[in-house]
Amino acid sequence: MLDPIKEGALWAIMFLPLSSFAIITLVSFLGLTRSGAWSPRYSGYLTIAAIFGSFLLSLWALDSVADSDGVRIGFDAHEWLTVGGLEVNIGITLDGLTGVMLVVVTGVSLLVQIYSQEYMRGDEGYNRYFAFMSLFTTSMLGLVLASSVLQLFVFWELVGLSSYLLIGFWFHKDSARRAATKAFMVTRIGDLGFMIALLIVFTETGSLDIGEIHEAAIAGAIGSTALTFFALGLFAGASGKSAQFPLHTWLPDAMEGPTPVSALIHAATMVAAGVYLVARFFPVFAESEDALLTVAVIGSITTIIAALLGIVATDIKRVMAYSTISQLGYMMMGLGVGGMVAAIFHLFTHAFFKALLFLGAGSVNHATGTFDMRRMGGLRRFMPITYGTMVVACLALVGVFPFAGFWSKDEILADAWEDRPWVFFVAMAGVYLTALYVGRMIIMTFYGEYRGGLQAEDEEHKGDAHAGGHHGDPHESPALMTLPLVVLAALAFAAGFLNAPGIDWLGEIIEGWLPHDTEVTHTDFKLWIAATSVAIGLAGLWTAWAIYQVKLLDAARIRSALGPLPQLLENRYYLDYLYETVFVKELVLGSARWGLALWDEYVIDGAVNGVATATGWSAKQLRLAQAGQVQLYGGVMFLGTIAAVVGILVVNP
Amino acid sequence: MLTFAIFFPLLGAVLIATLPKAQERSAKHIAAVTTAIVLGVVAYLFIDYDRGAGGYQFLDSSTWLDSAPDISDFDLNYAVGLDGLSLPLVLLTAFLGLVSVLISWRIELRPKEYFAWLLVLETSLLGVFSSLDLVLFFLFWEVELIPMFFLISVWGSGNRVYSAWKYVLYTFFGSAFMIVGILTLGFTAGTFDIRELAEVGSFDGAIIPAWAIFTLLSIAFLVKMPVVPFHTWLPDAHTDAPTAVSVILAGVLLKMGGYGILRMSFSIMPEQASDANVIFAIIAAVSILYGAMMTLIQTDLKRLIAYSSVSHMGYVLLGTSSIGVVGLTGAATQMVTHGLITGMLFALVGMVYDRAHTREIGQLRGLATRMPFITAMMLVAGLASLGLPALAGFAAEVTIFLGTFERHEALTIVGVLGVAFAAGYILWTVQRVFWGEPDPKWAELTDATEWWERGPLIALTAAIVAIGVYPAWVMDLLHDGVAPIAERLA
Repeated sequence: MLDPIKEGALWAIMFLPLSSFAIITLVSFLGLTRSGAWSPRYSGYLTIAAIFGSFLLSLWALDSVADSDGVRIGFDAHEWLTVGGLEVNIGITLDGLTGVMLVVVTGVSLLVQIYSQEYMRGDEGYNRYFAFMSLFTTSMLGLVLASSVLQLFVFWELVGLSSYLLIGFWFHKDSARRAATKAFMVTRIGDLGFMIALLIVFTETGSLDIGEIHEAAIAGAIGSTALTFFALGLFAGASGKSAQFPLHTWLPDAMEGPTPVSALIHAATMVAAGVYLVARFFPVFAESEDALLTVAVIGSITTIIAALLGIVATDIKRVMAYSTISQLGYMMMGLGVGGMVAAIFHLFTHAFFKALLFLGAGSVNHATGTFDMRRMGGLRRFMPITYGTMVVACLALVGVFPFAGFWSKDEILADAWEDRPWVFFVAMAGVYLTALYVGRMIIMTFYGEYRGGLQAEDEEHKGDAHAGGHHGDPHESPALMTLPLVVLAALAFAAGFLNAPGIDWLGEIIEGWLPHDTEVTHTDFKLWIAATSVAIGLAGLWTAWAIYQVKLLDAARIRSALGPLPQLLENRYYLDYLYETVFVKELVLGSARWGLALWDEYVIDGAVNGVATATGWSAKQLRLAQAGQVQLYGGVMFLGTIAAVVGILVVNP
Repeated sequence: MLTFAIFFPLLGAVLIATLPKAQERSAKHIAAVTTAIVLGVVAYLFIDYDRGAGGYQFLDSSTWLDSAPDISDFDLNYAVGLDGLSLPLVLLTAFLGLVSVLISWRIELRPKEYFAWLLVLETSLLGVFSSLDLVLFFLFWEVELIPMFFLISVWGSGNRVYSAWKYVLYTFFGSAFMIVGILTLGFTAGTFDIRELAEVGSFDGAIIPAWAIFTLLSIAFLVKMPVVPFHTWLPDAHTDAPTAVSVILAGVLLKMGGYGILRMSFSIMPEQASDANVIFAIIAAVSILYGAMMTLIQTDLKRLIAYSSVSHMGYVLLGTSSIGVVGLTGAATQMVTHGLITGMLFALVGMVYDRAHTREIGQLRGLATRMPFITAMMLVAGLASLGLPALAGFAAEVTIFLGTFERHEALTIVGVLGVAFAAGYILWTVQRVFWGEPDPKWAELTDATEWWERGPLIALTAAIVAIGVYPAWVMDLLHDGVAPIAERLA
């Protein structure tokens, strides 16, 4: 169709949002925002314009890779740093995987920014908000475009930075500042693995170029142990970013950020970066059975434990956070069974329906002032558009035919059945649990009677701190907020058709870049699997209906029948306690305080001060010898001479 | 030109010293102009340096003490010059020299002496990095103690006299070893010229074993750097020193240690350096972790940053322990980036202290609302310190890791672990001090608004970002500087 995209246009995808970040930052530093010369609205317009430009260019990029069937369109790398044998080049990778990611990132980002204009209206950090959002979009695009693993790591850390800044956006809130630090720290633990992976691969291959690493891995130029450790190191990084067990604990707390941030960063794009990373290095993972098995196991554990947590959470954003963790686990499972295409396809559809769910939650908060579902209820009458679009998203999430999630989830299930049947059963259990928490959330929020929203005395459950009236009855959100909801709902319904059986358009693009020698699981559509999964999903929804709406099943009795499980879930498996209290407070800080500090004070300084005291003391003693008596001096001199002579005779007889 | 740059601050100091009492307020203006001129000259040298030719350039030398031929066969020479290793450090010194004068703008106590000592300090530091003669090097190295002693003990805070003495005695302790090492080297080789000594190769004919000479030299540098267990002078000196002196101390003085290791220990005695690489790597790993853990539990902002320096200088030593060109370049880069980053952190903490009159983390809270500019700058410096890519620290640290991993796998992983600790202590500090509900107690605090506060911070930010985004403009030069050393080590 169009001419193949030029390299400059690809760089521009990344640099457009960067320039809006730079301009807003500069304007703020020059004080123009305070003096009123720069209306905050300009920051919003500028960001949206920049990201719209990136979006158009991304469509061009996708068109180009579609023409090449997903095969990589090569561009020469540019020299960035050369130190001896270390050559770091920066460049652009454009292949099917990149093309799809670019469109997802810029598309969702664009819709979220349009929504944010209304959602963040009147916030005193409005300029800062759009500056950080621009920075995030730049970093995420840079991550996707990177052609060297070090370059990827740079942007990997920068998305982490933007996430940190946006989680802590309302920095005066105690919970927000804690959540921000926690998010950065937990992901950084994973990034240690990424860094070590980088060291391993550089030591083994002498190169940091992603394409060259793939070639080396396939050619067997990397020893098998090193290759497995390399893959596991990458996966550690991916686990931090994509909130996989046991590093998932930061994501629920990250909901302290403004809700559009959660939609873009903590649902649709950044948290999927881990999945992207594993997919990007899929030719390496495919060479190591141990690594793929690890991915499958961790993905399975994550899917189940997070879905269970989603059932007990009462904060609507936290339900969705657990849902995101669980769905990311799904994608990891898909990768673990070799279904790279299915995983990325699920990433693609998930981005739309999960962003929609979060923006819907934001819309609900706009109306009620709270995220606590116990204070909602009956909202479907007040906010029909929000309700309708969220139902679409939920059906997509559960995977009901023919919504987008159905197609992508079904591919993962089919691949699992083919490759590792035990994963298939875990995934099916996940489908049931997903339907259960989704049904519970919809019922608690939109059905029954309205339970009053934000209460004056109820500071603890306060929603986002934006200025918005929530007096009297809740109301539908304005058009700037509902428009993105409607667009995303259309995508959540239809995006799956892009890779439905018989069409397979998207799948070919995603798969096209893989080297020929890389084995990827790619099975055909199986009707029985599709039918079973839909049936299980509907069964889950029915269960929720029975428990929470018609009270057919008594919630209290179920609770007592489950024994200690509910308590375990309400305390989030005690993992936060284990990490924060036992590990950080007791082990690290405690040992530093008691061990090292005392060591510094007494042993090292003690030795130093001891030397000083000893010097002083010996000086005092020596002073006694200087009595001023010539006889004494003479006597000592005589003895000294004798001693010296004897000494010399002994040494040189 | 180079000699002019080295001694021009001394000239400024003399001028300030002769000012009449009534005009003592113009001392800071003289100091600012002097350091600005020095920075200009050094920046010119930086640009003028012929990167194609490499090696030592801008040479100046003359015989300083001409010994009679029948007594001894060599002279003491004044010889200075710059190569790829020393030039960036000299630029750093000149840059932080100007910064330290500007952030001292409000010094009221005996300003004449204060600025004069600051300028004397600059001369001695420029001299250390420029000397091509061991005896001259040693002289500059020792001269630096005099201004430091007075600056800490007169203009410092807290237990300042104790800290000043501790600083001096520690350095003397190291110097005592170094002078023995220097004299042995000189008398064995028949020259004190660093360039000629580097050609000698073997010192087996010396009166003490070669490894002993290497140890004597290195101890002095390790104390200065400092590494565990010679580090306890650093937190005390930093905490009690005035802000500008902390900036110079962290920014430049610590680099004398790393520079000494590369320029003396490694260049002159490569064989012993190679033998010592495992020991160096172990000391480095211990310093990194120990420093990081100590940093985590500090409650005084200045002490916190001081301990973080122990950890960060451990990376310098780790890089040198790779005895390869990549690691050495990383180590040299870390010296420059740590100088900028930690210098900036100390300047910021000084500004907070000037306003709040406390550095206790427990006392401070929610300063971001009162001081958005200082907070933004603190984030830049803090993130650079924890090794965030696109800021200077990352370029240095990742090069160190890439260079060292092959030789010391496990110990490099310990170093990587230190990066996680760095994130912990920096972000936790930002969280506690700058974020959170504003404390009514600090409602009166003002942001940094004066040009002499904002200017240095913006300049430091620019330098940190410039190195982070495109490190090659400094690292290429440092690479050329350490490449001959790495060749000798191989």
